Amino acid sequence: MARWGMAIDLDRCTGCQACVVACKQENNVPFSTPAQAEKGRQISWIYIQTEIEGEYPNVKVRFRPMLCQHCDRPPCTFVCPTSATYKNEEGIVAQIYPRCIGCRYCANACPYSVKYFNYDEPHWPKQLEASLNHDVSVRYGGVIEKCTFCSHRLTKAREQADAEGREFRDDDYQPACVQSCPAHAMVFGDLDNPHGTVAAWSESPRAERLLEDLGTKPKVMYLKGGA
Amino acid sequence: MPHLDSQQALKQDGAIFRPIMKPTRGYAAIVCALLAVIAWAAYAYWWQLRRGLGMTGLNRPVYWGIYITNFVFFVGVSHAGTLISAILRLCRAEWRRSITRMAEVITVLVLFFGVGNVLLDLGRPDRAFFVITHAHFTSPLLWDVSSISVYLIGSVIYLFLPLIPDLAILRDVATGWRKRVYRLMALGFTGTEQQWHRIEKAISVMAVIIIPIAVTVHTVVSWVFAMTITPMWHSTIFGPYFVVGAIFSGIGALITAMVILRKVYHLEDYLRPIHFNNLGILLLVMCMLWLYFTFAEYLTTWYGHEPIEMTVFYAKIRGPYAPYFWTMFVTCFIIPFSILCNSRTRTITGTFIASLSVNIGMWLERFTIVVPSLSNPRLPVEFHMYHPSWVEWSLMAGCFAAFILLYTLFTKLFPMVSIWEIREGREVAVTETVERIKTYLPMEPKGEVAK
Ligand code: SF4
Ligand code: SF4
Repeated sequence: MARWGMAIDLDRCTGCQACVVACKQENNVPFSTPAQAEKGRQISWIYIQTEIEGEYPNVKVRFRPMLCQHCDRPPCTFVCPTSATYKNEEGIVAQIYPRCIGCRYCANACPYSVKYFNYDEPHWPKQLEASLNHDVSVRYGGVIEKCTFCSHRLTKAREQADAEGREFRDDDYQPACVQSCPAHAMVFGDLDNPHGTVAAWSESPRAERLLEDLGTKPKVMYLKGGA
Repeated sequence: MPHLDSQQALKQDGAIFRPIMKPTRGYAAIVCALLAVIAWAAYAYWWQLRRGLGMTGLNRPVYWGIYITNFVFFVGVSHAGTLISAILRLCRAEWRRSITRMAEVITVLVLFFGVGNVLLDLGRPDRAFFVITHAHFTSPLLWDVSSISVYLIGSVIYLFLPLIPDLAILRDVATGWRKRVYRLMALGFTGTEQQWHRIEKAISVMAVIIIPIAVTVHTVVSWVFAMTITPMWHSTIFGPYFVVGAIFSGIGALITAMVILRKVYHLEDYLRPIHFNNLGILLLVMCMLWLYFTFAEYLTTWYGHEPIEMTVFYAKIRGPYAPYFWTMFVTCFIIPFSILCNSRTRTITGTFIASLSVNIGMWLERFTIVVPSLSNPRLPVEFHMYHPSWVEWSLMAGCFAAFILLYTLFTKLFPMVSIWEIREGREVAVTETVERIKTYLPMEPKGEVAK
């Protein structure tokens, strides 16, 4: 079984937000109104966190795409009273929307604050309703949602490989954000595949994991501090 | 063994029967006012059901607000009854006799509102039963569901058992539909020696069982927070800290109820200054224990000075939540302590003011535990101050109104002072206590007796 993970090179990220848009489009993430934004209720499975280091004139600005870290020991799944959020055999932390009771315990337990609650019913501008992705279910009000590493693409890629009568290769599957990054700042794949790019990137001395000391064992690596 | 002579009971303890037998003036008006508040809350809930939790003031990252605060608060208040009454019973504190019933009723009723607030908080209340059908045992919320259910069942039994002899008395004096209800509920109790024996045995067994259950309940409630790694939630003393806070607010609620019942139902004879004095001392002890735990909790955080913990710490001490925090400190410690530590102010009015203050303070304590930790997560998230919406305030008011309504309803149906226990006190306990005290003392030397 694969152990899916992601590596993001912060020195390459330009903060262009292509991944953010691609994710919204791919995963039917509801639009947020200005009123919702004002209340701090936007939903964005991936967003760009701007980090400013140092003081003028020695300032360093970094853009960090923030998404669910797909922890190998996820604090969020432990506390869910109904197993509506769980880690599957391939290490992806998934959500079962029809089972979520909306208690938001998982959202409070996640140290990365990347779980989003549907405070309101989802809505899209009329023109966009036609372009909803039919591979991804639309979430209704009252449940939690978050990044799934586009796991529907994994299912699809497996089916595709089956239909073509060949072995499934791990580069058959990529999340929308990785695919859309113009700066090639993100790579995705099986962390257990020693020849894969993700494994190579994550072994780089520049690689670090967020809040690693909490013991959550995140599967998203951030590379930074290079030339 | 007290007599079950109902006519004599009616004569001797008429004051206890009066609220049940005769409508009190103004009762209808109070019921109407409470019903109006409840109706308004029902409207607010309907509004929330239709439009979702967007109608609250919650956001990301403050996913929990005053519903969860109320949940912890109500479950805490529930320690008023069962726990206090069980401890007093086991210690054979003779002054307990007229207050146990009032306390036990609080427990049973308030638990419904504790659980109810969790339901109000769910995004999908229609799926609440998934907690049972898809139970996931590593979740502290499930531990809560289990322990609160056991506690609720235990407290109902513990309320009901000492009520049986009283129901039998009422059955003998009541008429009409009441007679039928009391007969049904009295389970054929006639006061034979064997029945008395059984009931006393059952009560003392329940009193022992209920104590560990009560302690478990509030410990598990604290674990909902402490089991996460959220700053200033992830604390090992949360279990005992919450239990102490629970008993503290529980006694506060009990004294409040006692003062009101005493006044309204003229129970001056049964609830005498000594009762308030004794409970006041108990409240004072809890007050100091509360300070001790709070101090220990905050000092260790401050001394360790971990940046992430300090963000939450300062948010409480001098940040946006400082008004809540310092009001809590004044109402949980300064006011009750200064009133209760002096026997001259430890009067009925004094303990009443202290109790009200403790109730407010303990609600604020729960609030300052739940919200500031959430609004200061480990990683930077845009800060949005949490302001509860009108829906949340309305539902909270509704919960309090519904609790008061049910409590007053209970006073209209059942005696708020245990009739038979008072009689037992008069007829049996006085001599028994004298005998007991003698067993504490050194035996008289044989020679003396001979002389
Ligand atoms: S980052 Fe948060 S939501 Fe994602 S797996 Fe870890 S704890 Fe769960
Ligand atoms: S909000 Fe949903 S997924 Fe999260 S803990 Fe509650 S039931 Fe589980």
